[in-house]
Amino acid sequence: MVSHLTKRFGDRSAFEDVSFEVARGEVFGFLGPNGAGKTTTVRTLGTLIAPTSGSAVVAGIPLSAATGAEIRQLISVMPENPGLYVRLTVQENLELFAGLYSLPSPAARIAAALETVNMAARARDLCGRLSKGLRQRVGLARALLSDPVVMFLDEPTSGLDPVASRDVHDLIASLRERGVTVFLTTHRLEEAERLCDRVAILNTRLLAVGPPEQLRMQLFRSSLVVETAVRLPAPETVFTRDMGVDKWITEGDATYVLTVADPRMTAPRVNRALVAAGADVVSIAVSHHSLEDVYLQLVDEDPEAGR
Amino acid sequence: MIGLDLGRLGAVARKEMREYRRTPFIVGAMLVLPFIFLINPAIVIFVLSAAIKPAAAARDVGSTFLVLLVVPAVIPATIAAYSVVGERDQGTLEPLLSTPVRRGEILIGKALAPVIPSVGIAYLLFALVVILAHFFAQNPAVAATLSDGPHVLAQALFAPLLAVWSIGVGTAISTRASDVRVAQQLGTLASLPPLAVTALVSFQIVPLGVWTAVGFGLGLLVIDIAMWRVVAAMFDRERLITGSRAVKTTGVSPGDSVGPGQVRRIQA
Repeated sequence: MVSHLTKRFGDRSAFEDVSFEVARGEVFGFLGPNGAGKTTTVRTLGTLIAPTSGSAVVAGIPLSAATGAEIRQLISVMPENPGLYVRLTVQENLELFAGLYSLPSPAARIAAALETVNMAARARDLCGRLSKGLRQRVGLARALLSDPVVMFLDEPTSGLDPVASRDVHDLIASLRERGVTVFLTTHRLEEAERLCDRVAILNTRLLAVGPPEQLRMQLFRSSLVVETAVRLPAPETVFTRDMGVDKWITEGDATYVLTVADPRMTAPRVNRALVAAGADVVSIAVSHHSLEDVYLQLVDEDPEAGR
Repeated sequence: MIGLDLGRLGAVARKEMREYRRTPFIVGAMLVLPFIFLINPAIVIFVLSAAIKPAAAARDVGSTFLVLLVVPAVIPATIAAYSVVGERDQGTLEPLLSTPVRRGEILIGKALAPVIPSVGIAYLLFALVVILAHFFAQNPAVAATLSDGPHVLAQALFAPLLAVWSIGVGTAISTRASDVRVAQQLGTLASLPPLAVTALVSFQIVPLGVWTAVGFGLGLLVIDIAMWRVVAAMFDRERLITGSRAVKTTGVSPGDSVGPGQVRRIQA
């Protein structure tokens, strides 16, 4: 739980009055433009940085200077740059972190973590000789090592090929099933849409929090995209309020985007009206707004965006 | 060792040792530097004439003694100066600080790794010089001076204390430096001042006896403790990550810049 959390560096706010809650086992997406304060928020919740004001409870423990080590024992953080010791092998990197978390049976834990990210065969390789994608996997194995209650993942699929990205997505889904809370910072909005139960959009201040689908519904009214074989001679006589069309615009030569309250009810009416008007209907489709549309809408309308 | 977990401390020290072993520059410096510092003792042993009076011979031995003490001061300096800025440079500092490891465990773990080889090399070099002096020195005062009780005691006490100073000041510089090369240059320079203390006895400005050695050793210990208190205060997680300490802002009430309802909250 995060309540009115603020971090300032002198006169500059890294993030301001941020409040949200994340349930156990939830995959929570944290989105925002560069410089929005995402990384600073994660560092604050990861006890690396002290907040200027506000409070937070991380992994069930109130955030304070005295509880830092206790919280860090229960969480793991994977930065965008995995930060591996390039002169050490994969195994040696993980041995270090197993030691830092005081893990019992470190060899078994390391083997299991490497197996999870399909890196067991590369355990003896120097990290400096691994590709970026493989290093990312080792970083994930390191984050899994301590069996954390909360995982902070910063761009976990950055640099991964599509197959490896899919594996990471599967891994995050399996973490959710195991009850691990995942705090996912990403610029890949389709990734957030696919994986996250809820997302928060931050631009120094929190702009929105909620499930992606409901954010879409709240921000965008439904629309129908109608395509006819040729341009309609008088579209205003077809797309009327009586039909349930609030407004409409022409897009291209013979394509019309209609803003409607209820697409399921309006689409058949529009179809009948077009046929009655003698138009040849090519298609009528419900338009879906993506999380990207939501994100761009919120960030663009935010006065902080132009700073 | 209250509040320190020896397992975590050992994990940090082991990691440091493994990195040294795989870094040719560090291994090379540890192997080559002692040979350079053997030049002065070799001249004293092989060239100093038997005709030179014992008092004059003892002064030359004093310079040899000082040179041998430069080894534990200089060898760990560059390594310690790399310790924090190097981690920041390769992006490993944040993952390290994100673990439950405590400040003391990182600092002591990182200090143990260079102090052990540095002091070991210093002791071996001293033993080698004493052995060479006994077998090859033309002037008998050389071997007699080097292997007398106060000189052996001084070497035994001063070497680790100088190394601990050197690592402390190198680490302090490393926490603030933004460039590895600058940190290493400054670290080497800052490792030298305590040698002035040992120079007082090396050049017989203060005659070296058992109690002088113990007294100077205690003086170095006090300086070391003060230095490590400063290092501990400088090793602040927030400053290491962001470059600045936490600023407590007064007059900020939660929500004073964001009106209610500006955040779109949607329940799942």
